[in-house]
Amino acid sequence: MTSTSTMLSLASAPPTASLSVHENLKGRLKLGGGSLSFNKERANPFINTKSFSRISMVAAVKVSRFEGVTMAPPDPILGVSEAFKADNDKKKLNLGVGAYRTEELQPYVLNVVKKAENLMVERGENKEYLPIEGLAAFNKATAELLFGASNPVIKEQRVATVQGLSGTGSLRLAAALIERYFPGAKVLISSPTWGNHKNIFNDARVPWSEYRYYDPKTVGLDFDGMIADIKAAPEGSFVLLHGCAHNPTGIDPTPEQWEKIADVIQEKNHIPFFDVAYQGFASGSLDADAGSVRLFAARGMELLVAQSYSKNLGLYAERIGAINVVCTSADAAARVKSQLKRLARPMYSNPPIHGAKIVANVVGDPTLFNEWKAEMEMMAGRIKNVRQKLYDSLTAKDKSGKDWSFILKQIGMFSFTGLNKAQSDNMTNKWHVYMTKDGRISLAGLSLAKCEYLADAIIDSFHNVS
Amino acid sequence: MKPKPRINIIMWGFMGSRLTSSTRCMSTSTKALSRFGWWDRVSPAAKDPITGVTEAFLADTNPHKINLGVGAYRDDEGKPVVLQCVRNAEAKIAGCDFINVGRESNATAVGSKLVEESAKLAYGKDANVVKEGAFAGLQALSGTGACRLFAEFQRRFHPESPIYFPDPTWSNHPNIWRDAQVPVRTFQYYHPVSKGLNFAALMDDIKNAPDASFFLLHPCAHNPTGVDPTVEQWREISYQFKEKSHFPFFDVAYQGFASGDLDMDAQAIRIFLEDGHLIGCAQSFAKNMGLYGHRVGCLSVLCADAKQAVAVKSQLQQIARAMYSNPPIHGLLLVSTILSDPETKALWVKEVKVMANRIQQMRSTLRESLEKLASPLNWEHITNQVGMFCFSGLTADQVDRLVREFHIYLTRDGRMSMAGVTTSNVSYLANAIHEVTRYNREASNVC
Repeated sequence: MTSTSTMLSLASAPPTASLSVHENLKGRLKLGGGSLSFNKERANPFINTKSFSRISMVAAVKVSRFEGVTMAPPDPILGVSEAFKADNDKKKLNLGVGAYRTEELQPYVLNVVKKAENLMVERGENKEYLPIEGLAAFNKATAELLFGASNPVIKEQRVATVQGLSGTGSLRLAAALIERYFPGAKVLISSPTWGNHKNIFNDARVPWSEYRYYDPKTVGLDFDGMIADIKAAPEGSFVLLHGCAHNPTGIDPTPEQWEKIADVIQEKNHIPFFDVAYQGFASGSLDADAGSVRLFAARGMELLVAQSYSKNLGLYAERIGAINVVCTSADAAARVKSQLKRLARPMYSNPPIHGAKIVANVVGDPTLFNEWKAEMEMMAGRIKNVRQKLYDSLTAKDKSGKDWSFILKQIGMFSFTGLNKAQSDNMTNKWHVYMTKDGRISLAGLSLAKCEYLADAIIDSFHNVS
Repeated sequence: MKPKPRINIIMWGFMGSRLTSSTRCMSTSTKALSRFGWWDRVSPAAKDPITGVTEAFLADTNPHKINLGVGAYRDDEGKPVVLQCVRNAEAKIAGCDFINVGRESNATAVGSKLVEESAKLAYGKDANVVKEGAFAGLQALSGTGACRLFAEFQRRFHPESPIYFPDPTWSNHPNIWRDAQVPVRTFQYYHPVSKGLNFAALMDDIKNAPDASFFLLHPCAHNPTGVDPTVEQWREISYQFKEKSHFPFFDVAYQGFASGDLDMDAQAIRIFLEDGHLIGCAQSFAKNMGLYGHRVGCLSVLCADAKQAVAVKSQLQQIARAMYSNPPIHGLLLVSTILSDPETKALWVKEVKVMANRIQQMRSTLRESLEKLASPLNWEHITNQVGMFCFSGLTADQVDRLVREFHIYLTRDGRMSMAGVTTSNVSYLANAIHEVTRYNREASNVC
């Protein structure tokens, strides 16, 4: 079909094309030699270089420039949901998804979001471009939510806030800023951390290394290891911290530990970089969950904070978040903001409007804001209840005397069970419980009704599989 | 700007000594601000040449002000428009409990629907590539996002290859490819004297570029010039691309805005398809659906077969994942709803025509008005050029005068967004243009 159509088009081509297209291309497509430098390409992990020599034997009309493109590895988290969907067992349970579900295990659209959207429809607003830095009302609301409206950093206009595409997009803007203004500076990330952090810094060409965080022996925080590794890093590194509800472990430093972390960061002239994806989801209180960020800001430190409204307002799909950079002066903040804009413009020009308007409407209206706080408490409360029930079930059923209290100590959507890969596989293969291979379960996907079943599965996997 | 490594070390040394003394103070006093600022090295960025115009316009309080800066459609009252088909789609999706993209099967289906419909729009609903699925398609953050995904992809798999842009091109194109670390080149395009296409020079540059180069093409309504090749010229360009094995990447931001006919505006793409090119395409729904703020578009890369398409798509998804994870769903839902419902789609097609017609009318009126004022210059290009923009030929100084004296805002390259012209402001605009050009020394050189 292809060669016929090219032959036909050749009929109307200028007389210079006396050779057939086939002949022409055989002459021109000198793959592996001459002007095309495929041979000379450096080892590139993405390219399957073996396929090129095969192509040079065939003078195909439709040869793709991307013949050497290999299949990217599947995303470990999204792959879990796909496997879950394919499972027909009635007992199946999806604890892979980091998205809030009701007790009936249904997605939840917050009432305040519905109200805000109705208001927006009634007003019939237009869909014009936002400025590059995003919706002004949103930027104001988000910074105030994070720091508190009366915080000196806000009053002194020392925060550069730019609307970003949820947490990921905001992190990426920050990474791009680091790459441009601190070339060679490293970002220290916790071991473990959210899987996408590494991808973001890799693609932004920012080097990273890990600091110890999770202690498998205690299923808790390796605080000494964390401090030691932050101390050992070169001066002026960026330290990526989870503001609250650490993903994937659910293990947060205590307030005293946060103070010590701030001490060592100041000592080493590092710069703190917070990822705040769960404000409100940890304790149920938006203010309490911003405690770590506010502690650092109160010390007069400059810091970066990426925010997401995916979980706490259930706006996962709207991609709404922000990057905040706290600076020593309003002038510095203005300059930083201008450079963040310069990074955003060649990425997506300006951010999407819908989510920003929802947040601005919810946070900006006292009634809606209070309603949101109540819904937030309800969601966080459901997770706390589920933790309690799971703990109770585990302690009642497990006669080995193992200490399951880490379930209660951990906070937020996720729990690091301490199950290894083989044990996690057992959870899936035998019990149809879907989770990630690092032993993480999402309590947001667990109902009270399923706690006992899950307890059985965990006990079995823990004791009978190694 | 990036400091060179040697300077960096010196800087760190200097800052280190400054810091040690001040941090000893800091750890004891919790309230003291660090005198050293991490961001002292950050200089203020220049304003974006296009959005900077809008910012200046908004700040102006003059009642006669006109915004001819950003390419966003306005109705005859100068007001932004939400298309009726969009309102209908909004009503349909209101109350839809979608909240997860990528994790829920229905959201993935929406994304696939958008890709399918976008491909039909660009390639033709009966195109083989659509039927065979031999293309990698992904929703993107409007045109910019689609271009950036492709630029990153190009860099990943052809790290040595530069991209060739027409001279001139949209001001953000070089930013996008540069930030993706792809070297940028240009090929001749606009002919300032004729205010038309410099076809001979264009063909020379295509021939002289190294084989298998990447080229960015505007298939219709070239931004900023409004100058498009004819169908015959496109055929020649396509043929030469084949000779040179160049990669054609189409930035499709104005499909429907050139002629008012969506298929006609995609002709260049269809010619390349017929000729067997495996092209790439960035599509935006910002202008033709008026969904500017929703950031919805599509990137497609044609592949040798469906299997390769899967591999390419997986790589594109990986690039997107590290940039923003998933695209915003609201715009996706709107576009997919509009394009998959025949009635709503038919309404959309009509509304696109209305927008294109209004712009064409404003072009005629502006040209007539200038001619009636006995302007010494030739203004044919106003009606010869196509799409939203008119490359007026005004100099930067003349533009500055328009801004200062008449409160008419446009970019300094003389590009005017005709979408900002209305029946009530066209006379004022014509008078202003006439004022700043009547003593133009170039009057005698115009052909």
